[in-house]
Amino acid sequence: MSQQGYVATPPYSQPQPGIGLSPPHYGHYGDPSHTASPTGMTKPAGPLGATATGAILPPGPPPPGPHQFGQNGAHAAGHPPQRFSGPPPVNNVASSYAPYQSSAQSSYPNSMSTSSVTQLGSQLSAMQINSYGNSSGMAPPSQGPPGPLSATSFQTPPRPPQPSILQPGSQVLPPPPTTLNGPGASPLPPSMYRPDGPARPPPPNAQYQPPPLPGQTLGAGYPPQQANSGPQMAGAQLSYPGGFPGGPAQMAGPPQPQKKLDPDSIPSPIQVIENDRASRGGQVYATNTRGQIPPLVTTDCIIQDQGICFQLSNTLTPFNNTPLYLVNHGESGPVRCNRCKAYMCPFMQFTEGGRRYQCGFCNCVNDVPPFYFQHLDHIGRRLDHYEKPELSLGSYEYVATLDYCRKNKPPNPPAFIFMIDVSYSNIKNGLVKLICEELKTVLEKLPKEEQEETSAIRVGFITYNKVLHFFNVKSNLAQPQMMVVTDVGEVFVPLLDGFLVNYQESQSVIHNLLDQIPDIFADSNENETVFAPVIQAGMEALKAADCPGKLFIFHSSLPTAEAPGKLKNRDDKKLVNTDKEKILFQPQTNVYDSLAKDCVAHGCSVTLFLFPSQYVDVASLGLVPQLTGGTLYKYSNFQMHLDSQQFLNDLRNDIEKKIGFDAIMRVRTSTGFRATDFFGGIWMNTSTDVEMAAIDSDKAVTVEFKHDDRLSEDTGALIQCAVLYTTISGQRRLRIHNLGLNCSSQLADLYKSCETDALINFFAKSAFKAILHQPLKVIREILVNQTAHMLACYRKNCASPSAASQLILPDSMKVLPVYMNCLLKNCVLLSRPEISTDERAFQRQLVMTMGVADSQLFFYPQLLPIHTLDVKSTTLPAAVRCSESRLSEGGIFLLANGLHMFLWLGVSSPPELIQGIFNVPSFAHINTDMTLLPEVGNPYSQQLRMIMGIIQQKRPYSMKLTIVKQREQPEMVFRQFLVEDKGLYGGSSYVDFLCCVHKEICQLLN
Amino acid sequence: MATYLEFIQQNEDRDGVRFSWNVWPSSRLEATRMVVPLACLLTPLKERPDLPPVQYEPVLCSRPTCKACNVDVPALIELFPSFQFPPAYGGISEVNQPAELMPQFSTIEYMIQRGAQSPLIFLYVVDTCLEEDDLQALKESLQMSLSLLPPDALVGLITFGRMVQVHELSCEGISKSYVFRGTKDLTAKQIQDMLGLTKPAVPMQQARPAQPQEHPFVSSRFLQPLHKIDMNLTDLLGELQRDPWPVTQGKRPLRSTGVALSIAVGLLEGTFPNTGARIMLFTGGPPTQGPGMVVGDELKIPIRSWHDIEKDNARFMKKATKHYEMLANRTAANGHCIDIYACALDQTGLLEMKCCANLTGGYMVMGDSFNTSLFKQTFQRIFTKDFNGDFRMAFGATLDVKTSRELKIAGAIGPCVSLNVKGPCVSENELGVGGTSQWKICGLDPTSTLGIYFEVVNQHNAPIPQGGRGAIQFVTHYQHSSTQRRIRVTTIARNWADAQTQLRHIEAAFDQEAAAVLMARLGVFRAESEEGPDVLRWLDRQLIRLCQKFGQYNKEDPASFRLSDSFSLYPQFMFHLRRSPFLQVFNNSPDESSYYRHHFARQDLTQSLIMIQPILYSYSFHGPPEPVLLDSSSILADRILLMDTFFQIVIYLGETIAQWRKAGYQDMPEYENFRHLLQAPLDDAQEILQARFPMPRYINTEHGGSQARFLLSKVNPSQTHNNLYAWGQETGAPILTDDVSLQVFMDHLKKLAVSSAC
Repeated sequence: MSQQGYVATPPYSQPQPGIGLSPPHYGHYGDPSHTASPTGMTKPAGPLGATATGAILPPGPPPPGPHQFGQNGAHAAGHPPQRFSGPPPVNNVASSYAPYQSSAQSSYPNSMSTSSVTQLGSQLSAMQINSYGNSSGMAPPSQGPPGPLSATSFQTPPRPPQPSILQPGSQVLPPPPTTLNGPGASPLPPSMYRPDGPARPPPPNAQYQPPPLPGQTLGAGYPPQQANSGPQMAGAQLSYPGGFPGGPAQMAGPPQPQKKLDPDSIPSPIQVIENDRASRGGQVYATNTRGQIPPLVTTDCIIQDQGICFQLSNTLTPFNNTPLYLVNHGESGPVRCNRCKAYMCPFMQFTEGGRRYQCGFCNCVNDVPPFYFQHLDHIGRRLDHYEKPELSLGSYEYVATLDYCRKNKPPNPPAFIFMIDVSYSNIKNGLVKLICEELKTVLEKLPKEEQEETSAIRVGFITYNKVLHFFNVKSNLAQPQMMVVTDVGEVFVPLLDGFLVNYQESQSVIHNLLDQIPDIFADSNENETVFAPVIQAGMEALKAADCPGKLFIFHSSLPTAEAPGKLKNRDDKKLVNTDKEKILFQPQTNVYDSLAKDCVAHGCSVTLFLFPSQYVDVASLGLVPQLTGGTLYKYSNFQMHLDSQQFLNDLRNDIEKKIGFDAIMRVRTSTGFRATDFFGGIWMNTSTDVEMAAIDSDKAVTVEFKHDDRLSEDTGALIQCAVLYTTISGQRRLRIHNLGLNCSSQLADLYKSCETDALINFFAKSAFKAILHQPLKVIREILVNQTAHMLACYRKNCASPSAASQLILPDSMKVLPVYMNCLLKNCVLLSRPEISTDERAFQRQLVMTMGVADSQLFFYPQLLPIHTLDVKSTTLPAAVRCSESRLSEGGIFLLANGLHMFLWLGVSSPPELIQGIFNVPSFAHINTDMTLLPEVGNPYSQQLRMIMGIIQQKRPYSMKLTIVKQREQPEMVFRQFLVEDKGLYGGSSYVDFLCCVHKEICQLLN
Repeated sequence: MATYLEFIQQNEDRDGVRFSWNVWPSSRLEATRMVVPLACLLTPLKERPDLPPVQYEPVLCSRPTCKACNVDVPALIELFPSFQFPPAYGGISEVNQPAELMPQFSTIEYMIQRGAQSPLIFLYVVDTCLEEDDLQALKESLQMSLSLLPPDALVGLITFGRMVQVHELSCEGISKSYVFRGTKDLTAKQIQDMLGLTKPAVPMQQARPAQPQEHPFVSSRFLQPLHKIDMNLTDLLGELQRDPWPVTQGKRPLRSTGVALSIAVGLLEGTFPNTGARIMLFTGGPPTQGPGMVVGDELKIPIRSWHDIEKDNARFMKKATKHYEMLANRTAANGHCIDIYACALDQTGLLEMKCCANLTGGYMVMGDSFNTSLFKQTFQRIFTKDFNGDFRMAFGATLDVKTSRELKIAGAIGPCVSLNVKGPCVSENELGVGGTSQWKICGLDPTSTLGIYFEVVNQHNAPIPQGGRGAIQFVTHYQHSSTQRRIRVTTIARNWADAQTQLRHIEAAFDQEAAAVLMARLGVFRAESEEGPDVLRWLDRQLIRLCQKFGQYNKEDPASFRLSDSFSLYPQFMFHLRRSPFLQVFNNSPDESSYYRHHFARQDLTQSLIMIQPILYSYSFHGPPEPVLLDSSSILADRILLMDTFFQIVIYLGETIAQWRKAGYQDMPEYENFRHLLQAPLDDAQEILQARFPMPRYINTEHGGSQARFLLSKVNPSQTHNNLYAWGQETGAPILTDDVSLQVFMDHLKKLAVSSAC
């Protein structure tokens, strides 16, 4: 629908005057656990397709709660992601907010910015004006029993008191815009505000229930754009002609242009995070008491025209080591709707005394299979409601029957194949030896089912340069046997028996082999390699063994040897900043694309460890890992003493990671909307089946939804995500996640429940996907436009009237600009020849499979002042904003973005800290050439290392630590991560960007 | 000179040559009227213990177009009037005559000292889709063979099943092999690239003449001197496993024989062209995939039969044959030979693969299992040594035939390929492989025999002077098994005779044995490409014409028909030839036919005659063992018969003998003579078994035994169920057949010969 082409919904709304800037202190920072928040704009009444995006964390262990919260703060929304025993009516939630909000408001009287009261007032008034036909923004209670989405414990739903506990300025739940808008907004009445005409469709309002898991995604919804939505010229002029300077600053000011903004006055992600953490932290841990009433199924609502963001997390592995409930119906298999094939879930409404049920998705009335019959109680619930996970829980698993297996045969346990590039350079720099040594230990830790003694996963080994060497490591051999396949043009598997073996059985042969590999090739001076045939070989091996699996490829050079997938160096910096720049992100040949397709078809996931010393064309090499649900690791200019730790950590994590194979995901929705687009490590053969060769806990799939009809506020919007996959022991299972959302006709409600983190995740993925087809310039413009449109829409429809010069941000989205700026400044979108093409392709690919928590950290790194460390406390120090102005000469700061970690040392760092951390007498003695902090018995050291451990924990990539001394050369690198500042290679500062957006908004509104 | 028989025998012993005619008709017209062409059977490496090796190089006729070797110079000077003595012969004196100038040395062998002496190469190509005990037996045979090879021989190992593995023999620690897909045809270049042979191959080919001396040819990792890797290879062979790929029920194992051979050929081609090398293919079943596949892997579809072939229903045959022919030609061009050892109960695709052995002079052995003495003994016999302690094998031979100008060369039939050397003495009329005066015989042994056919081109109106002689010289360059290059030169001369005036001379000099074999070779050669009945008709017509030409008879009076002694056996040979498996495919599988024809086309005259007309000995109390007619009348109750068909040795106990043996008389001391009688044929059979290559199938049967069919199918059915009572005689055994007997055959022959209608 968007003319811009790539993003789901370009939200262009009619411009409306009235912009408010939310104060920094308020607004809630969306935790990933939040459900999505719809952003909306209003538009024609017609059921325009609204889009919603949701990120689905595919199966894989969900991020553990604690970590999540520690990092990002608590959920903004009041709903705990817990699982409840009983479905609370949706209303409960809603009602719980109200008191809460009010109390929150009252609790912040003394916010830093201008009086919140006034702001509040103005917003309230705006809201009234805005009110559309439906006065109630809240969604009606959801009909079905709410399926608790998360498997965790139940949390008591209302926590009104919390807000009050908050520090001043901290925001609690997603308050309605009115309440939440920061005090900074100027109380000016909206100059140009136009009440919504009758013709205006009800604004979408989405409220969410928190998705089950904390680490959820969000969806971003955009207001649909209307053709005739030209800016109204009648709008008030910006008070400052220049457009931006002043806007964002303290809003109080009338339109006087300000030369300088107070950096503290603009919305601070840190503050948002902190507030949220304060309000929500700790709640996660609430015990799950069974028998309690479960929280509502998400009752967030979606309005037509509005996108919703929702997040489903499909966790393969149990949360907190508690397995999902496993339902086994034996040979009859899962109970499914006859028409739409939706699986039995809490949305199914039983009738006729339990003999029939109505599908919540397609409304088809089905007979209850005899084996499944159960009587209903007085309120129409089955008597076994609480006994059956599929009736009372949001997430659960089914044991799949043979019908769900390939060829109707139970799958074989998966296999891991290790494929090592043994070309000259890898032998020379010791990498091969390192890998072989490490494999000996890491193979002991292959993932296994809880109840199993040993892992069912089989392992195989291949080495290669321009030819492939397979190894027979059958347990009864005295010596491994090497089989060379030189036919790389049409590679095949030379042996069956003895290639994939049980590690425990063949341990001695495998060790023998791993000992010998570095020696066998010690004299080789082959420096050409192949790549596509390597993947092909692994895939064929899995195919021959008739099992799914994962390839671990350790590769270091551009594959120039004569073979399919041969690449040439095409790193042409001249293309940067031209319309042809996109070529750099496209694979050189379509070999890799079809290879990926084959891999997915055979359940072969590819994880690639790259050790490039020069251009290796990540865009081509990384394609298969990306499309097969694998992971790409890159260690540029690998040096044994500096990088091996990072690599080994990554390798260990990746091997031990819980993972599901050969997965197919299907997202079903109730009528009125449907999933239209999917982003992630996936392959789409049809428009509905999402195929994944493998899916692990770190991979997320973002789903975009669009309306195709009107949604009813009565029934809400239901989503069921089913993932069919093979477990590590070779069992076929179905993982079902259910989500119920409320629908609202209120745009304000929609904005309330928006989750900015998820929004950014979606924007990033859709933009990075679009890179392949559109000039980067266009994409950047679209992103800015969308930001402006979303905010303008809010301003127009939801915000209280205010001066046009005011920048008003919805509370839930007030950090959108800073995050958006970070996205725009990311090296992928930054067309600068100084940045390595491979690095851009690499980061692009990472983001494509990132979950919300990871993408948030990636775009807005965490910067912790270490010098303020309280050694007696176990909590992390409060983060500071990523700006140079926050650094101090006497401070030590730790910065992490999920890929890198820096320890920045101010020139006058406290000597006791230096001593404590590095065990050296002074700043000058610190050796920056280390990637691990020394283990010093000092509390500072212990504390710092613990903090680093926490930050690292559960991040998909091991972060390499760099020690940076202030005013030394490496500081340049570090500074690139101070994302609120002007970028080294371009990219505007936060303040500049905010002004720019403000200007755009003003134009739109006019 | 006594009789022609003695003369012929003497010539054969000395030169390994037997001519169909030992006096030659002096004009083209007359020669064609002789029906049997002027031809000879040549055994180039006939064992001559008395032949002194000459340690210098032969001297060639100085005329560039001639290049004849100057053996038997007096004859040469006479026959090749233009022969010019090279200057080297300046110092010849009566006392110091070079050997080649002595008349008794019409055959002489030169040893060439120059040139690289590259070691022999043995490349084992081993099928692993075998039953466990078969594979075990094969492994043992292969290990045993290592002890028979010269220590400096280069050996290589390729194994195949679904995949093809080329084993690198030199590696320590980890055993390494290169693996190829069994379904993909690869060019020689690809194979060499994939095996990493490209680099050594290039300089070798270019620099070959320049620096062969210091190039020890050890560049290939896949072919290593036996003494270096003896242990390794023995272990490797010992560890060979059956092809590990699962074979589901109702399927044949996937066997990539075509690709395996292709790789073997490519490997040698790239590393050791024009060096003596044997590729030894051991296979236990038909190729079922890839290029050269003969049958699909569905067991329910049987491998092609003659019936299928006649119906044009053998869908893989043409393509497979083409593949193997291509390989055979390449191998021959490189001077290597391919042996095929096929042991299986069913067919193994010899029909398609036969050219590999036929064109390269390799062996073809067919057996039921590798776990039989037939295979084991045969295989072992390949490595037997001659009186000098050398292997009875030679490599990379070229046979160059030169004739005096009245003759031209029409072609050759035997384990050879044409080298396409045209020249003035090459006839346009081809018989066998023609159009050339040189052939390549990549592998040959002392019994390898070629049939070489000539054409008399002298015109009728240009008579040869009385007493003139025609001359033919055979020059065979070859690599001796000691790796030495040698040249054997045989020069023969025969008198010309005018057929109109001296027909009696010509007739008397007819060698009917040689003629039968030579005609049989022509017939078999035709049978490879023509329909069976056509070949039989052609043979019949030739026979009738011969009888018309040389028989004595009154027109239209069959009873008057007589043949002279020198022709008397010829019709009988033709009768048995018509019934032989070389021309009759009934009851034989295509593989068997190919196998029989292969051996027929390379064995010497004696063996060939046995193949045409098996020998039957009779043992009885009535006297010493005696040869008897190959006739059903020879099958008597109180006789023991020993039949040698070359491929089978059959011992048959007559009805009474069998009963006696059953009663155990041989164990009673008083019947010791019976024990001796029983033992005698066994001993004789052993004698034959010891000498024969390939080892014949040994059949011990008796009256009424199922295996007696081997005997019954060979004898002349003089008594059948049709005429038994008519004849009313007491002897012999009736044969249940509709085949005509020799008598009927002869009657018809006489009738046709005397008929003026023909």
